[in-house]
Amino acid sequence: MSDVIFALHDLRRILLECAGADEGVDLDGEILDTEFEELGYDSLALMETAARITREYGIPIEDEALTAATTPRRLLDLLNTD
Amino acid sequence: MPASPVVTGIGVIAPNGLGTDRYWEATCAGTSAIGAVRRFDASSYPSRLAGEIAEFDAAEHLPSRLLPQTDHMTRLALVAADWALADAGAGRGTHSALDMGVVTAASAGGFEFGQRELEKLWSRGSEYVSAYQSFAWFYAVNTGQISIRHGLKGPSGVLVTDQAGGLDAIAQARRQLRRGSKLVVCGGVDGSICPWGWVGQLSSGRLSTGADPAAAYLPFDRQAAGHVPAEGGAILVLEDAEAARARGAPQVYGEVAGYAATFDGRPDGDGDGDAGPGSAAGDGAGLRRALENALADAALGAGDIDAVFCDGAATPDLDRAEAGAIAAVFGARGVPVTAPKTMTGRMYAGAGAVDVATALLAIRDGLIPPTVNVRPAPEYPIDLVVGAPLRGPVRAAAVVARGHGGFNSVVIVRAAGRGGKTAADDIAT
Repeated sequence: MSDVIFALHDLRRILLECAGADEGVDLDGEILDTEFEELGYDSLALMETAARITREYGIPIEDEALTAATTPRRLLDLLNTD
Repeated sequence: MPASPVVTGIGVIAPNGLGTDRYWEATCAGTSAIGAVRRFDASSYPSRLAGEIAEFDAAEHLPSRLLPQTDHMTRLALVAADWALADAGAGRGTHSALDMGVVTAASAGGFEFGQRELEKLWSRGSEYVSAYQSFAWFYAVNTGQISIRHGLKGPSGVLVTDQAGGLDAIAQARRQLRRGSKLVVCGGVDGSICPWGWVGQLSSGRLSTGADPAAAYLPFDRQAAGHVPAEGGAILVLEDAEAARARGAPQVYGEVAGYAATFDGRPDGDGDGDAGPGSAAGDGAGLRRALENALADAALGAGDIDAVFCDGAATPDLDRAEAGAIAAVFGARGVPVTAPKTMTGRMYAGAGAVDVATALLAIRDGLIPPTVNVRPAPEYPIDLVVGAPLRGPVRAAAVVARGHGGFNSVVIVRAAGRGGKTAADDIAT
């Protein structure tokens, strides 16, 4: 694994900008292992988030890999793995 | 005949009033909200006036989760639906989710959102287009978003018949109640005050090019020269009367007692999409049939109607056709007629729903709001309420809406039959 180029705080910011936050969800809380669905993000919200990550950080994300990354930790692992 | 469904909740979001109470207060006072377009720079367009909803901050009303995925007009619709359901004391859990549906009308869709994403597509590339473009621009989006937000999973739908749509949606909701639904959130909220939407509206040839807000939208006036576009609308909660009574709905505004729609048929080829004067349809025969059929549907006679909320197209041929149809059914100057939309501009699919809400409030308070700015042309044989509201019992009212392309729709509302007490009763006794 290489250095962390995309951290949880980056993900929080992009999620908020792309998809907002549901009522009653605290993105500043312990969310690493919470399913995106439980956080109120559906597949479109994640597509929008992935498109933004690709544009800002130049990291391509395959659709299948995105579908499998169902928690913030899994998505961060995907983004920080060569 | 099945019992008429009842309206138990109203949410109005209009240029001259955010929320039912503020809208009604402004409307009774004759307060107009027509002004210069502010949502985009319209200085180079032939039409530069609109009825815009100012001072609306979506973030005050909706969770941030909904903001990146919604057009301005969908945010207005979501807020109006929230208000209507709160007013009715209904929502998630009132009935099984499958017994509650949503039917809205639209004339366009989320065009401001759509235009922004299309601009990204051609200027920056497809990877910059929002994933939410997949539905945010779509004319069915308000029904979908209201359904998701409130867990309404019963039979639902969307009507697209321009200005007639707000009435057609209420009628479709009535059909779903007769088929077994218990509650349907219905109506229309519309608005596409952006360059893309504006160009589409301009193509109708019916937009006013006037610069004076007090003289730009004058139905039934000799100076009539088109209308001013507006944004906004109303969402109603329509319920099976028995179901509303059984759950103890906080109030009943009235019944949707009758409805009819007709279509003017083949265009006359002059390019505006409508049958023209000289044809039976262009002379208002289709609208007359809609009025007669709606009265028959309500089992009411013309003499039972205390107010007509008219379409008020504000072009000489359409005004002549509408005035002629109203006079043919109700007699020359036989019933008070009003167009409160002269204060807001035309809200397209939102207008019919707002007029139904206004008619129900007129029934509640025994007061017909005025048409503003208009000096009625004497050649139109209708009794237009101008200047000040007209006080008196309103037991039943007809609402007329005509859509571009030949759509005529009429909804009849009346005071609730049982258990509902209105100002009309107080005044009558």
